[in-house]
Amino acid sequence: MTLQFHDETFRDDYTFHNSPEGIRRFPFPFDQDSYMYSVNLEPHAGGRAGSPFEKRFDVDEHYVAEMRDREITLRDDPLRCQSLPHMELAGWDFLELVMVSKSEDYPDLFELHRDGDRWHWINRPLGIEQRFTFLDATTLPCGPLEYITRQTQGDHALLDQREGNLWMDAGMITSQADWSLDFDIGMNFFEWHAPVPKANEMGVFQRALKFLLNLQQGAPTRRLNWTMTVNPRLDTSPENYHKWGPEKRTITPATVGSKQYLRVELQTLWRLPRSNAIAFPIRCYLCSLEDIVTVPKWGRRLHRVLRDLPDELAEYKGFAVNRPVIVDYLEQFDDGAETSPGIFPD
Amino acid sequence: MSAQMLRVTAREALSPLVTRFRFEHPEGAALPLFSGGAHVVVEMPDGDVLRRNAYSLISDPLDGSGYEIAVRREDGGRGGSVFLHRQVVVGDLLRISAPLNLFALDLRAKKHVMIAGGIGITPFVAQLKQLARLQMPFELHYAARSRAEAAGLALLPDLPQIHVHISDEGNRMDLGAVLGGQPLGTHVYTCGPEGLIDAVAETAARLGWPRGALHSEVFMAPPPGTPFTVTLARSGRTVTVGAHQSLLEALEAAQVPVDWSCRGGACGRCETGVSACHGQLEHHDHWLSDDEKSSQTKIMPCVSRFRGDTLILDL
Repeated sequence: MTLQFHDETFRDDYTFHNSPEGIRRFPFPFDQDSYMYSVNLEPHAGGRAGSPFEKRFDVDEHYVAEMRDREITLRDDPLRCQSLPHMELAGWDFLELVMVSKSEDYPDLFELHRDGDRWHWINRPLGIEQRFTFLDATTLPCGPLEYITRQTQGDHALLDQREGNLWMDAGMITSQADWSLDFDIGMNFFEWHAPVPKANEMGVFQRALKFLLNLQQGAPTRRLNWTMTVNPRLDTSPENYHKWGPEKRTITPATVGSKQYLRVELQTLWRLPRSNAIAFPIRCYLCSLEDIVTVPKWGRRLHRVLRDLPDELAEYKGFAVNRPVIVDYLEQFDDGAETSPGIFPD
Repeated sequence: MSAQMLRVTAREALSPLVTRFRFEHPEGAALPLFSGGAHVVVEMPDGDVLRRNAYSLISDPLDGSGYEIAVRREDGGRGGSVFLHRQVVVGDLLRISAPLNLFALDLRAKKHVMIAGGIGITPFVAQLKQLARLQMPFELHYAARSRAEAAGLALLPDLPQIHVHISDEGNRMDLGAVLGGQPLGTHVYTCGPEGLIDAVAETAARLGWPRGALHSEVFMAPPPGTPFTVTLARSGRTVTVGAHQSLLEALEAAQVPVDWSCRGGACGRCETGVSACHGQLEHHDHWLSDDEKSSQTKIMPCVSRFRGDTLILDL
């Protein structure tokens, strides 16, 4: 399959759109008709052909436009990318992981040639060619984490492991669901998860942390998370809440189908070799409700999940104000028929 | 746990009790790199018994051409080290897990001070190589009873930052002196017998070191003890644990699946619920909190044992 990269925007005129194939491969996050938190981790070891789970770092039709959007966000706010001094080695580990994975998984798009520490990287979609010395940051235009994440869809956090905990000590965060790297940097696993309702009492974080501290090299793991976003905006950051928060009030019965998006994060976790840090890519996929309901199973199920979701979760995920309009809209696509297990279309 | 078959390509006696083994991929493929302090679990098919021991990697973390470990023969142990010494020869294939690090350097440190007792030198051998690459200041203190037993001497480079303390030669390590004059931001790492780790912790506390700057790893071998019997709640089966067998090994021998990783009481992976306990759990792990240990509701089967009438596990 040859990818056609869209010329589209994630702000202002919002020309973002999914192709019909893009809709079919959307990582719909609900495998049953209801939702509650769980440590829903599974091995990130491939998946259905054509799905976002197939490759280690999924590259899709939005790649070039997303990287352009990241550039705009960084120009306005350079603190979206930060790396504490002890995390540079982890940045190199991550650069290697991405370059090796992409050049092996998409040989027509990316090439990596290595001669000892002398590396040669070619990124065709973005028109980049770079020769540099591995582990020598002076040979790149910026630090290794920033360099590679300007070329990799999704947000990326690097977590240092020490004192039996994980610490958010570096990251590139420009497409986040309302959290801030500048606020969270240096926090540990429990601190940065503190705002999440219910999950702590359920012991979810203790179990997840225990699992992650033992995460092994070569055995990456993944989970899906989700929220709702008005308009296809990647940068729903607290820093820019004044730009996107008011847009929630533009949802009406007439606009909800086209302006309300289901936002899904494909989160993967990778043990890095030299630094023993964990890389945590958070890849964002957007799909409007009117596109979701073109898959009948998804239309039925999304209606049931959102209708029955506990209030505090709708509040935390920031769409409580529009929930009645959303549920009313989706109801017309729910004929009460049974849905098949699993997330994929029938 | 991901693992692969690797070939023994070298073995060399470092001292009467300690032998170095080198493993390489049979087709010469590169092995995953690692960070200093990482260990691998070596599987040893010894007759009917599948033994699994964790050993720190001593080779260069940035050299994927092979893994090296240094194994001390424990004649009173459970048999894994004796098997490696007596049975394993160059050319053999053994299953080796991917590296896992529960004793990593804290890369925030301004300086790294490493204190090793006896065979506890092994994780530091790889960390020294990592620190040399990163060009970070360090100091290593290696204590051994006698020069003949000090296998680490063959593994350490000749550098002024490396200090060897041989107690037979009247050159015992003075922890107060080692820890006293260190600059702010120094981290100290200790690997060796529990007594050494406790002594470093006490000295550091007396000198006002922050707790977060202290790191330690004890020898990971499960201790032997008196045999005991456990009952499995789900099946009602009973499993007997021998004197030189860990509870985890006994469960594995009885085909009871238990998740595991470090097999040394550090990683928490094999944590198992206790549904009834009439007697005393002998906790040897570094995972459960003191409250959890005294509640007798959880056990780490990789290292901990039991003495008493009845122990029923949530398995």
